[in-house]
Amino acid sequence: MKDICAELSKIVGPQYVSNHPEECYLYARDPGTMEPRRPDWVVMPNSTEEVRHIVLLANREGIPIVPMGGGLVLSGLTRALKGGILVDMKRMNRILEVNEGSRYALVEAGASQGMLQAYLKKHHPKLKHSIPDAPPIATLAGNILIHGSGHLSHAAGFHSDMLNGLEAVLPTGEIVRVGSCSASPYWFGRAPLPDLAGLFLGWFGTTGIVTKLAVKLFPTRAVNDVEMFVVEDPELVPDILQRLADLQMAEDLTAWMAPKPDWARGFQHVNVNYGADSREELGWKQKLIRASLQKYRDEKVGGFMPIPPPMKKGLLEAPQTALTRFADVKKGGGFEYVGGIMPIACFPQAYRKGIEVAENHGTTYSTGARIIGVGHCMMFYFSYPFNRADAADVKNAQEALEETNRVVLELGGIPWKAEAPAQKMILQRMDPNTVDLMNRLRAVLDPKGIMNPGNWEAD
Amino acid sequence: MYALKVDPELCRQCQTIDCLMKCQHIRLDLESARKERLKILEGRDSRVLTDCLTCYACEEYCPYGNHPFYQIVEQQEQQGIWPVPIPLTKQQVVMMAPKGRAAPEKLPGPILDLCYFPMLSKTIRGKLYEGLSTVVGSDIFCNIMWLHFAKNSVIRERLPKVIDTLWKCYLQENGREEVICYHDECYGTYTHLAPAFGITVPFKPIHLFEYLIQRLETLKDQIRPIGMKAAYQRPCSNRLIPETHPLVDEIFKRVGVERVTRQYDGENALCCGGVLKAMQRDDQVEDLQKRNLDDMQASGAGLCVFNCPFCLFTLGEAAADRGMMPILMSELCQYALGEKLMLGG
Amino acid sequence: MEYAEILHRCFRCGYCKLPGSFLDLNCPSYLNFRFETFSPGGRLWLLRGWLDGEIQTSPRLAEILYSCATCGNCVEHCVFDKFKDNLVKAFIAGREELVDQGLVPPLVRDTLKSMQIYGNPYKLPEADRGNWAHGLGLEPYTGQEYLFLAGCVGAYDERGQKMARAAAGLLKAWGVDFGILGPDEHCDGSEARDLGEKGLFQSLVERNIRQFQNLKARKIITLSPHAYHTFKADYPAFGGTFEVYHYSQILAKLARKAPLKPLSTPRRVAFHDPCYLGRYQKEYQAPRKLLSAIPGLQLIELERSRVDALCCGGGGGNFFTEILGRGSDSPARVRVQEAAAAGAEILAVACPNCAKMLDDAAKTEGLEETLRVMDLAQIAGLRI
Repeated sequence: MKDICAELSKIVGPQYVSNHPEECYLYARDPGTMEPRRPDWVVMPNSTEEVRHIVLLANREGIPIVPMGGGLVLSGLTRALKGGILVDMKRMNRILEVNEGSRYALVEAGASQGMLQAYLKKHHPKLKHSIPDAPPIATLAGNILIHGSGHLSHAAGFHSDMLNGLEAVLPTGEIVRVGSCSASPYWFGRAPLPDLAGLFLGWFGTTGIVTKLAVKLFPTRAVNDVEMFVVEDPELVPDILQRLADLQMAEDLTAWMAPKPDWARGFQHVNVNYGADSREELGWKQKLIRASLQKYRDEKVGGFMPIPPPMKKGLLEAPQTALTRFADVKKGGGFEYVGGIMPIACFPQAYRKGIEVAENHGTTYSTGARIIGVGHCMMFYFSYPFNRADAADVKNAQEALEETNRVVLELGGIPWKAEAPAQKMILQRMDPNTVDLMNRLRAVLDPKGIMNPGNWEAD
Repeated sequence: MYALKVDPELCRQCQTIDCLMKCQHIRLDLESARKERLKILEGRDSRVLTDCLTCYACEEYCPYGNHPFYQIVEQQEQQGIWPVPIPLTKQQVVMMAPKGRAAPEKLPGPILDLCYFPMLSKTIRGKLYEGLSTVVGSDIFCNIMWLHFAKNSVIRERLPKVIDTLWKCYLQENGREEVICYHDECYGTYTHLAPAFGITVPFKPIHLFEYLIQRLETLKDQIRPIGMKAAYQRPCSNRLIPETHPLVDEIFKRVGVERVTRQYDGENALCCGGVLKAMQRDDQVEDLQKRNLDDMQASGAGLCVFNCPFCLFTLGEAAADRGMMPILMSELCQYALGEKLMLGG
Repeated sequence: MEYAEILHRCFRCGYCKLPGSFLDLNCPSYLNFRFETFSPGGRLWLLRGWLDGEIQTSPRLAEILYSCATCGNCVEHCVFDKFKDNLVKAFIAGREELVDQGLVPPLVRDTLKSMQIYGNPYKLPEADRGNWAHGLGLEPYTGQEYLFLAGCVGAYDERGQKMARAAAGLLKAWGVDFGILGPDEHCDGSEARDLGEKGLFQSLVERNIRQFQNLKARKIITLSPHAYHTFKADYPAFGGTFEVYHYSQILAKLARKAPLKPLSTPRRVAFHDPCYLGRYQKEYQAPRKLLSAIPGLQLIELERSRVDALCCGGGGGNFFTEILGRGSDSPARVRVQEAAAAGAEILAVACPNCAKMLDDAAKTEGLEETLRVMDLAQIAGLRI
């Protein structure tokens, strides 16, 4: 039996390998509700070459390999379901290039959202990337590869839409480049080549380990503001969202609904985040945004809330810390959510069903949505806090999440970053030829089945 | 219970209809004014009910103290008119509800009522407020704000309990019969609104300005005149208590501030527009604020003095952009005494 | 274990790993080791697992628990206001458990043993404690306005002694009325507290309180911010309340009227905020006031300064146990590189631990020609 620890130490150096019980304990655990699954080794590479050697080793020995970014997915996708080598990518956190002319940043796969934001603020203040509301140590790669979304998603789509190209190590050890970078020194996009990014986006690490990626950048605005529209009838919300989306004035269009604080219960709040290059321009945009919902204002069934300065400050944060703080609602350090990607027209049913599921399970909740593109779809989230010191409470949240996944699928939506059980639900509903294609591709890319096994597998 | 004390005959026989004729926002000739007045009196729909800004001014204009504004609010509610959209109104009703946390408390010194403005607490410090105790919180929120939302019913429901809480927990508990009201709203509630609704007030409210003048007199040797020109933003609730308005000049004199002569001051003061924003009347807000600020700026003011935190929050930034430093009256006095400002509100 | 009730409330969101600007990793142990286990969140989860019996005591666990430099970056940046103040205290409580079980790392054990037997972490005689002051003409404390305390590092460490001499010398030159205890000074106990030896800490504190009260000392000036913090935060609970100053505060107050020599050549100087003066005691102004008063000195700010300062790694006992090591990702080396990148010619320090950690790091990084690590008193007192 090969001494895998020694082999890994030769690749990355002994101080970056561990099979200690402490690392195995911690890396087995995702902060969501999913049960722990221990890796046998944790390794932290510092370069694509090191990743390649780790993959080759795993391939030779038939050992499962699980890539991990920030580990903040919350649906347990970085747990080693079948044990093996867990690859913590965060030492590879360099920002390699910012191309101002073509508006992209090239980063290593372990680079974090916060560090890119800080780097751009300092060196390229006219540019920013679309940051999700995950904590800042979350990686760009992790979020993009699961089709995340964030503060510019209304303007420019899913974060996967903002991917210009990537470098990855295939399960068989080859290093590939995907996108324009494969045939050009520039990473300006995936067109006009066959789009091989599709072999890595949404696959939960089952097709290889991404080591570099280029993300689109967008102009920063000198002044930024937020409007909040409040209604009491969820049936009105799809039209409200589309009217706002049609303006194409906003950077981010979100909705939030929660039973706390007390004054929020029973109301739907639509947030419009927008920016401009001058106060004057901001004023025009504000006028247009407000006028777009005049019908509802005239009928007195909806209004823009004058937002007190402390609240506004929180709403203008990117990422918003309030979303992370939800974890302490039960003084229990945890929350997990189902994010259903679905048509905007599903809003009223999703909202009502969400409250129903929460009530069925006797749990508090937080729901909301983020509009993707110019009203093309939304990510509707159902979030449940739990007390991780109370096993029954964790189970309860897990069951609520499972029911929610079913609700989403029944509505015609699809949960993103689906946890293993939800993946099976999706596969059950999926066109059998599609499932077959997925399996065939994986068999080709990963003949030994070493890449994050247990994911995208039907029972 | 708590019926509005109004004599309809006074209104019916009024020749000048000052309440509507002097209104700065609704333009009517005398004939139309009389017609609209009658409609309101008889509980019929009138354009005044939807056009009203809720700036409180007609309470000041009426020579008979016959509460024209309170009547408007009464009718708005009865006729199902919502000046502020329904969801926002309902949210405010929940947000400003008493939390039931107030309990009898031993408090040294005179009591200063900060209503439900906890952010002001940090500004109550230094020589000006030495020896005072402050009370603040949802349970002593004066509730006059509902006049802007056509919710006299909420005032009727909550105000008596608030008065009771203030009296029993903070005043009677400490053998005090007087309370200093920081805000015109509270002073207006207890001296004008409550009696109009037949709600008894067992304590004696003292206006902040009376208190400030007293303190400035005691500390007069420590005052360093500010030597600046100031515009004063008169809060809407001061319309209920116009007898306190001259105290602004008294204070200005003592701290060495020159009140600029301008159009929108005194009886002609303009509403800050904060509530109008909640009413979704964007164009009117813009017009109102522009006229007000243009007027302040043209008069050469270097300071824009407020007594209402809400007016400050609404207009402060715009005033600053135009080179007029926004400041609360209380802080103006602290400034003149050489004290560090914490800028609340 | 104290603070056990907060352990499960950690969400492992990782805000604790970063400064407020998110610029770069700011937790010294996480920066150095990079395993999640060495981050504040990781440590909290391991403590919870340990208390629940899911993890056994081991050298690795002990290493993880003792790798924390107690710098307070996590306390500053954790987004959970309801329990963030107790993060470092929870780690120290974990150490107390290990001490009780007798399962601390060897270097920790040796340090504690030395403190118990010799009264200092250096295994050096107490009688030598006053050597740092030789030739300076300082008065023994007999009731002067202030009592100046050099601390263990200031008394025994070569670099620390230089700093003690510079600070005390400058205070004397600027006419401050103070006395020292020389060989009669005793360890303030802050390292014992950090290492989890509660009993030893208590006995050291009580001894000092008795001594100071017998001497009727009311005002104290400390060389070390660690001492400054412990006298202010810990001693009152044991009955010892004194008026405590860090030497930078006294010098800052006197700077305007002091005979400050201008620098012979203009220099760009960056101030490295010590954790126990800055984040713990919120004193960011005094050192800057002092430096700004020196003619010819151009004060520049490091990107991570004040609440975001990157710890030198010399706290939490690490100054003696060296658990953070001297690898290229060790915080002291990262910090001096940051200072060099900012264009600093002098990195000003106000803590003897920082002085040594950063001095050594500058040498390891080959920066000693371009970046000098100097303490405030050295800069203010010397003609450079």
